[in-house]
Amino acid sequence: MKQEIIIAGFGGQGVLSMGKILAYSGLMENKEVSWMPSYGPEQRGGTANVTVILSDERISSPVLNAFDIAIILNQPSLEKFESKVKPGGILIYDGYGIHQAPARKDIQVYRIDAMDTANEMKNGKAFNMIVLGGLLKIAPMVSLENVLKGLKKSLPERHHKLIPMNEQAILKGMEIIKKL
Amino acid sequence: MTEEVKLMKGNEAIAHAAVRCGADGYFGYPITPQSEIMETLMELKPWETTGMVVLQAESEVAAINMVYGGAGTGKAVMTSSSSPGVSLKQEGISYIAGAELPCLIVNVMRGGPGLGTIQPSQADYFQAVKGGGHGDYRLITLAPASVQEMADFVALGFDLAFKYCNPAMILADGIIGQMMEKVVLPPFRPRRTEEEIRTQMPWAVQGKTAGRKRNVITSLELEPAKMEENNIRFQTKYKEIEKAEVRYEEIGCEDADYLIIAFGSMARICQKTIEMARAEGLKIGLLRPITLWPFPTDIISSYADKVKGMISVELNAGQMVEDVRLAVNGRVKVEHFGRLGGIVPTPDEVLDAIKQKLL
Repeated sequence: MKQEIIIAGFGGQGVLSMGKILAYSGLMENKEVSWMPSYGPEQRGGTANVTVILSDERISSPVLNAFDIAIILNQPSLEKFESKVKPGGILIYDGYGIHQAPARKDIQVYRIDAMDTANEMKNGKAFNMIVLGGLLKIAPMVSLENVLKGLKKSLPERHHKLIPMNEQAILKGMEIIKKL
Repeated sequence: MTEEVKLMKGNEAIAHAAVRCGADGYFGYPITPQSEIMETLMELKPWETTGMVVLQAESEVAAINMVYGGAGTGKAVMTSSSSPGVSLKQEGISYIAGAELPCLIVNVMRGGPGLGTIQPSQADYFQAVKGGGHGDYRLITLAPASVQEMADFVALGFDLAFKYCNPAMILADGIIGQMMEKVVLPPFRPRRTEEEIRTQMPWAVQGKTAGRKRNVITSLELEPAKMEENNIRFQTKYKEIEKAEVRYEEIGCEDADYLIIAFGSMARICQKTIEMARAEGLKIGLLRPITLWPFPTDIISSYADKVKGMISVELNAGQMVEDVRLAVNGRVKVEHFGRLGGIVPTPDEVLDAIKQKLL
């Protein structure tokens, strides 16, 4: 089993850290993992993306031309990556950042209003964990238990008190994602 | 103690490995995409545990000269930088090679020339394996293709450097430096004691003791006959390294009709190209040089009569391809494919290039 995933959005949305938590969760399940960020000035305000691969076998290339799953959090990223989803693959997008919905008919498109929900929860920081919850609902590649373990590994100890809030956000995301 | 699998960036792996393999000192100056090396070392605070010194120098030139000084005392010392910073270090590297001192230099390459871009590149191949600094010297050059190799090559680099009293370089790029993968960190080995340095490195300047001649560390020799002698000694050593230290990896080469030659991150991308090609029935293999100098000339040459064509895939305008062509000496067609200035090709782009240039 191999999942080739791109997460793309604005810098500051938690794109890279969401990928990191996914990678750590894969590590907890003894999977092979690769986390390849776009790095540089684009992280500070521009677009940011990260390629995450979870696999049962050795991973060859950390750089990909097509993805099983694309998580798209703003319009420029949709324009860049919609065409890169493999036929039959999954595209998840946040309605807040996208004013022109994905057009492809040969992929499964899901919408998650994570930004609105995070605002309702009065917790902007929950945004990326809501999206992660949505992803895990559609493609349960790692167990919630291992995500929480992964969070513990990737967060510095002083932030461990935030883990229950993150769990809540993940559960919320699982609830609100919907297929188009 | 069981091996713990960690998830970290290539740059972080280098820092952890340096502390664990008993390095005595790191001297550097920050530059993207390798700043995490010094940042991680500063976080690890090895001066409180192993006694390793970590110092941010005032410049790259200062850092390499601190390495020169540290190496002269027989210590295991290293520096790291990215392309423009490594250019600044070239004078020092030439002096260290000329003084026959061991040290480790890490170059996490970015696009050039000049300040260029911070995105990944392999355009410093020539600089690393053909000179860079002045004079007839060679740099043992290791090209890691995974985070695990970033960790493993620190100890290997130091070991080779000390074995031959020659600088060694880890030539990585922004992809391997920035990506996170699973890694098993090498076991701890203690730093050499002063006594061990005195017995293992009798050339080291540690303060003259009674009854022995003064040790002198220099690359200067104004007497041409003696300087030629020095050069002959260097060349003899380089021949020995070329005989004993070539390292490479073969993936799907045994039945290949066509061969990709690629190193570092590009070799990883090409592994996927091979998977895609084989799914289409195209038998393509990958030969990955692990040591860029000494270059795996003989093994590449041995494939010249077995395959229909070779392609050197690099993040540059065609550098390693020259060494591949020298190796096969016209017996088989050798093409080049590369993207420039920080653009990284995807696996399918490489496959398209192979179809266009070789099939």
